[in-house]
Amino acid sequence: MPSRDQAAELVQRIRKYSVADEVEVIIYHTRNALTRFANNVIHQNLAEENVAVSVRTAFAGRTARATTNKIDDEGLQRVVEASERLAKVQHADPDLLPMPDAREGSRSVRTIPSRHFERTAALTPELRAEMVRSIVAVAEKHRLTAAGIVSNSETAEGIFNCRGLSTWHTQTAAEISITMLGADSSGWQKAGSPDVDTLDAGALAVTAARKAVEAARPREIPPGKYTVILEPAAVLDLVGFMFYDFGGLAILDRRSFLNDRVGTQLFGKNINIWDDVAHPLQSGSPFDGEGIGRQKVHLVENGVVRRLVFARGTAARMLRSEVKDKVGPIEPTGHGFPLPNEVGEAPMNIVFGVTDKPKTVDEMVASTERGILVTRLWYIREVDPYEKIVTGMTRDGTFYVEGGTIRHGLRNFRFNESLIHMLANVEAMGIPVRASGEESFDMVVPAMQVSDFNFTEVTKF
Amino acid sequence: MYDIASWALNIGALRGASYADVRIGGDRHRALSTKNGKLGSASDTESMGIGVRVIADGAWGFAASEDLSRAAVEATAARAVQIAKASARVKQHDVRLAPEKPSTAEWTTPMVIDPFTVSVEQNLAVLIEIDGELRSVRGVTLAETNMNFRREEQWFASSEGSKIHQTKYTSGVGYAAYAFAGSEIQKRSYPTSFGGQWQNKGYELIQELKLGENARRVGEEAVALLKAEQCPEGIFDVILDGSQLALQIHESVGHPIELDRVLGMEANFAGTSFLTLDKLRSLRYGSELVNIVADAREEHGPGLGTFAFDEEGVPAQSTPIITSGLFTGYLSSRETAAMIQCERSGGTLRAEGWNRLPIIRMTNVSILPGSQPLTREQLIAGTDSGVYLETNRSWSIDDKRYNFQFGTEIGWEIKRGKRTRMLKNPSYSGITTEFWNSMNAICSREEWVLWGIPHCGKGQPQQVMGTGHGAAPARFRGVKVGSAYRGNA
Repeated sequence: MPSRDQAAELVQRIRKYSVADEVEVIIYHTRNALTRFANNVIHQNLAEENVAVSVRTAFAGRTARATTNKIDDEGLQRVVEASERLAKVQHADPDLLPMPDAREGSRSVRTIPSRHFERTAALTPELRAEMVRSIVAVAEKHRLTAAGIVSNSETAEGIFNCRGLSTWHTQTAAEISITMLGADSSGWQKAGSPDVDTLDAGALAVTAARKAVEAARPREIPPGKYTVILEPAAVLDLVGFMFYDFGGLAILDRRSFLNDRVGTQLFGKNINIWDDVAHPLQSGSPFDGEGIGRQKVHLVENGVVRRLVFARGTAARMLRSEVKDKVGPIEPTGHGFPLPNEVGEAPMNIVFGVTDKPKTVDEMVASTERGILVTRLWYIREVDPYEKIVTGMTRDGTFYVEGGTIRHGLRNFRFNESLIHMLANVEAMGIPVRASGEESFDMVVPAMQVSDFNFTEVTKF
Repeated sequence: MYDIASWALNIGALRGASYADVRIGGDRHRALSTKNGKLGSASDTESMGIGVRVIADGAWGFAASEDLSRAAVEATAARAVQIAKASARVKQHDVRLAPEKPSTAEWTTPMVIDPFTVSVEQNLAVLIEIDGELRSVRGVTLAETNMNFRREEQWFASSEGSKIHQTKYTSGVGYAAYAFAGSEIQKRSYPTSFGGQWQNKGYELIQELKLGENARRVGEEAVALLKAEQCPEGIFDVILDGSQLALQIHESVGHPIELDRVLGMEANFAGTSFLTLDKLRSLRYGSELVNIVADAREEHGPGLGTFAFDEEGVPAQSTPIITSGLFTGYLSSRETAAMIQCERSGGTLRAEGWNRLPIIRMTNVSILPGSQPLTREQLIAGTDSGVYLETNRSWSIDDKRYNFQFGTEIGWEIKRGKRTRMLKNPSYSGITTEFWNSMNAICSREEWVLWGIPHCGKGQPQQVMGTGHGAAPARFRGVKVGSAYRGNA
């Protein structure tokens, strides 16, 4: 991996080629490896090393970006010219701000725990294979078939601009995902962390296998409104569909479900949500796409959406808008994406608050007279953007609960559920954990017991 | 480039690989967008590197690097062999490949205008004009446009002697108008939603699509939807426009016929398939009118799944998938073809780029048009009662590809052969085989369009791929409509 000094030297070489008023360089270096298994064998296994040098130039209100992975002199000159060529031909945008200087960038940078772990970076294909072997052993013990991944990566990223801003972040990541397949059932578990030593492949395999065994011979019950117990991965994949609406630009564009709703009691009083990059269970860099430090933002306070996140440019525009008094405090919060972009900003380090009396999933099951336990959801898509209705399917471990105990596996359901309705009907929550799903980025979320969850159809398995 | 490839092939052989192939890729991508009259994004991205795939000790390994120096290429090949040997620690059988004759070839996407020769000023002028037209409609609260061009050059060489050089061009363009009022957000898109129309063509695609001519109508429909009536819930005859039918094919035919899914290789993420091997040539997938092919050949048209060779050197082919309603074929690779004792791969192994392992992907999975002349208006005129649905708004299907639900941006009620009132928030749902068996009419060739879906996700790490789907408007009897809003009123 390049060091910060090597990256800074690269930036100096790039700046020599530019005639723009302003220049910003993002450097991203990555090493990824992923071992994939199915049918109890490793069937795909790969490693990749790549670099991206992304140059944004600006000329009096006009800006554009060009990116390359060729860092010889010819490649760097070409990427600067491409960026400048794109920028020069545009109409000037009076809302484009000058690039932030070092003081503005570092004003709110927070100290975060180290997220680079040598043992994660050093995980070899042989060690990943041994982890897969241990997972397959659990599958074979239960006469199941295992499929999944074991992966690790190491990244370094930095943002440097002509006004002296300079940021640098290194991180590792490891992930294990396991599906256990029986003749007519399946179970699933997934976990991710910067530190591979916090992941327990064997325990994940045992849980996934238990779910597959207990879900065997699934029965069909009619769709309708049920109390559901959503495990953290299911919560994560659902709520992930609303956080892009917490950006200020989504309000200005009038495409957010929070238009005219900030400050209202939208969810239950037991819902508190922060964006907090420094949380010990979170990951990612402490700065945004312009190099601005990520603040801790209390997005939802006792069910009321109190705050949005803002990139620098969005905050400036919002202060001049007719809705400026309806969106809570307005200031750059360090959540912008690299410019230029259409999306603006979004909170990407979601942390749910701990409720007064957290319950375990087992306790939620014990308190459910008639309901459904959901391990995982799949293929979630937005049906209605303002009522925030989303559809999707249950998958890999759906169980019928009656009289406080799990009775049997179920054929999978389709749901059409409003996230506003769902978060207004949370009867109990667990202690938030770092969860991994497939539809959204990792978050710190609890399991939830939700009343009147809306299942509309049943599938054939 | 073939010299560089030979460094990797030689190291692969020296380290013990029984098979190796090398892809050296160079990509360039221009992406432009506008929003409410201003620039949304403007980016130019280039990427180049090498991917080495090997079989050693009977198992697969793959390594990729952006560094094309001799030392780095040889290290990458050695790493691929090391990875393959690690894979062999958890195997049951050696990998076998269906035989394929080595090929030497050059191929480039047929096109009229190289899109990278058209100035960015000209690109932006087109988008800004459309953006202005959309916002000239009172009630439109957000206008978005986008234009994308991609050039992918690849050199493929294998230890079996193939040397294939291909250059593929892709163009894409689209726009959308949003209207927000009260407690509702409505949207209309053109030529279709989620990025518009994409094909393997040059700039001529942008000129062919009548972009300006349709902008005002699209803006007006977005605003009109705010006052339209809610699509009723019930069982109706449904006519789908071609772009929605293309996505229906993608989700409920294209994915379940992927042989890697059928064989359990995608079970952890993308899922499996209801099309188990016993169903080949025995399952009545659809009605007699349903004829679907997977066709990557140039003569099928400029689809996002058109090429000369796939990414293990197998020539483009046309595979009958559904023939007069009978299920007749899978999408396959050399490995999966051998696993089901097929003599030859169907040639559908594709990768997002040089740094990704090729996996089975759709090519152009297209429904063939009806043989009798039938326009969309004639189809509507021949329908006593039903709904006509246009332009996708949401899509979802289970992990075996049985139960689906789609929403569209707009619908119209059909009464006694006429389009009557506009309907908002339409949706329909069903079970794949029941749905395709209910198809009782499809329009003829003049209504058939080869649609592009540019953002299909599959694989771990996830790869995004463009797929093509030829489709014409078609009618389905007795479809469940409107259940997406059941319980949410």
